[in-house]
Amino acid sequence: MSEPTLAELCIVACSEAFRGNGEIVATGVGPVPRLAVGLAKLTHSPELMLTDGEAYLVEQPVPLGPRGYDERKKAGYLPFARFFDAAVWSGRRHAMVTPTQLDRFGQINLSRMGGTHAQPKTQMLGVRGFPGNTIHHPNSFFFPAHGPRVFVAGEVDMISGAGYNPAKRIAGGNYSGIDLRRIVTDLCVMDFGGNDNAIRVVSLHPGVSFEQVQEATGFALEAGELAETPLPTAEQLEIIASLDPHNIRATVIRDNPTVGSDA
Amino acid sequence: MAVQLDKRMSAAEIVGQLRDGMTLGIGGWGPRRKPMALVREILRSELKDLTIVAYGGADVGMLCAAGKVRKLVYAFVSLDAIPLEPWFRKAREAGQVEVLELDEGMFQWGLKAAAFRLPFLPTRVGLGTDLAELGGLKTVQSPYADGEVLIAMPALRLDAALIHVNRSDWRGNVQVFGPDVYYDEWFARAAAKTYASCERLVDRIEDHYPEDAQANIVERSFVTGVVELPGGAHPSSMPPHYGWDMKAFKAYCDAAKDPGDWQAVADRFVGACEADYLANHGGKEAVAALPLPIF
Repeated sequence: MSEPTLAELCIVACSEAFRGNGEIVATGVGPVPRLAVGLAKLTHSPELMLTDGEAYLVEQPVPLGPRGYDERKKAGYLPFARFFDAAVWSGRRHAMVTPTQLDRFGQINLSRMGGTHAQPKTQMLGVRGFPGNTIHHPNSFFFPAHGPRVFVAGEVDMISGAGYNPAKRIAGGNYSGIDLRRIVTDLCVMDFGGNDNAIRVVSLHPGVSFEQVQEATGFALEAGELAETPLPTAEQLEIIASLDPHNIRATVIRDNPTVGSDA
Repeated sequence: MAVQLDKRMSAAEIVGQLRDGMTLGIGGWGPRRKPMALVREILRSELKDLTIVAYGGADVGMLCAAGKVRKLVYAFVSLDAIPLEPWFRKAREAGQVEVLELDEGMFQWGLKAAAFRLPFLPTRVGLGTDLAELGGLKTVQSPYADGEVLIAMPALRLDAALIHVNRSDWRGNVQVFGPDVYYDEWFARAAAKTYASCERLVDRIEDHYPEDAQANIVERSFVTGVVELPGGAHPSSMPPHYGWDMKAFKAYCDAAKDPGDWQAVADRFVGACEADYLANHGGKEAVAALPLPIF
């Protein structure tokens, strides 16, 4: 069998974020997070609820890429028309997403960069559902290219998702729903378990040092126990391949390196 | 007051009811179920200074590109498979439109506040982000023992809403299918008047499709005008009739770079009339043959 790729290692690391979450909607946006929730459901956490990416709940994860329209097997219904009632504002969801920027407080941005609100230098998507997601349910993040443009010094250009910044809290507001869980990158796995929810490196991918991670980050990181991120097992690789028959995961990380290679 | 129960109008008559400076809600979601034929009719008109309230796709991009928009109320503008809407970006990066940026959930909450004729509805959404400060959103304190401080999401009152539905009769009994109807119901309830274009107009819907009455997402008292415009969501998707036209979206997006001037390409994406437009895109048959998108 060929060596596992770094993307596959990341999928397994991302899937761990969904272990023991209970009967909640697990949303993975983008190929790696989406494969991760499928892997989690098919291995350690069958109780997870997944969607087909459109409007239906499925008990069998929908593979990535081209397929027959009706190949999804509908088990339930969760359209946008009731998404906020059922999944987001009820707190019964955990999403893993890839914002454009993330700062030391876990505040995220996908709206715009540079310039002013009236005239941004670069307009991106808009805040989408991130303000609601972050105040109401758990969130995790995946970044395919760990670097200081993603993990920014200071604060993100527009705070599109709430984090642990004390300066952004108003008296009487209820912030108990803010629950940032795990950050997986092409270098390491981090969580928010440091002092005052500081971001902490908890495992390093094979061949990566803490210094290398710190160098690629715009703010100071805490160091946890720094285990080595586990390699995918043969069973996990087989499930990942079945969920990604067109090998879209090979396009996520630049040059699609194998684990431990000097990419 | 005599009620006009025959609500059939032409697209031009519908746009003729709109005025400069109005606040218009546009149903659908990104590149899905957009009342694009009615949007094109606005693009053919002299209307201007509009406030557009939408889960935005090419509807927003085109109206911005044509200089019709004074203010935009949105949570995103995107074409899904093409994440960044280039004409919207151009307008924003030129500082051309005033904006109220909202979270997707707050947005529907604002429509519901308007529908219920309330000044606002409370929510935690927006706390801890820049939205409240940038949007001038105020807070409100719970009068009960908890004393919680919440964002007061103001009602998004609409002068008119535009939606595209699968079927209607001449009285405005609409039926809407597809896997997701998004917030079209709430656009209609939040609006003083709602105009619905439809894929198929029937005489008396109870004589044709009584078995589909549960697809009547909003009652006819909320519908002011209806017009049959098959293919009227193109290039957005309209399940189960047709999927989105990514080729057309791509050409539209490429045109934002080259030539980059809306007036130079408006003919292609708007046309002199709807028949012209559809002919430019292969005709009704080609639209009807577009496969439904896979997610």
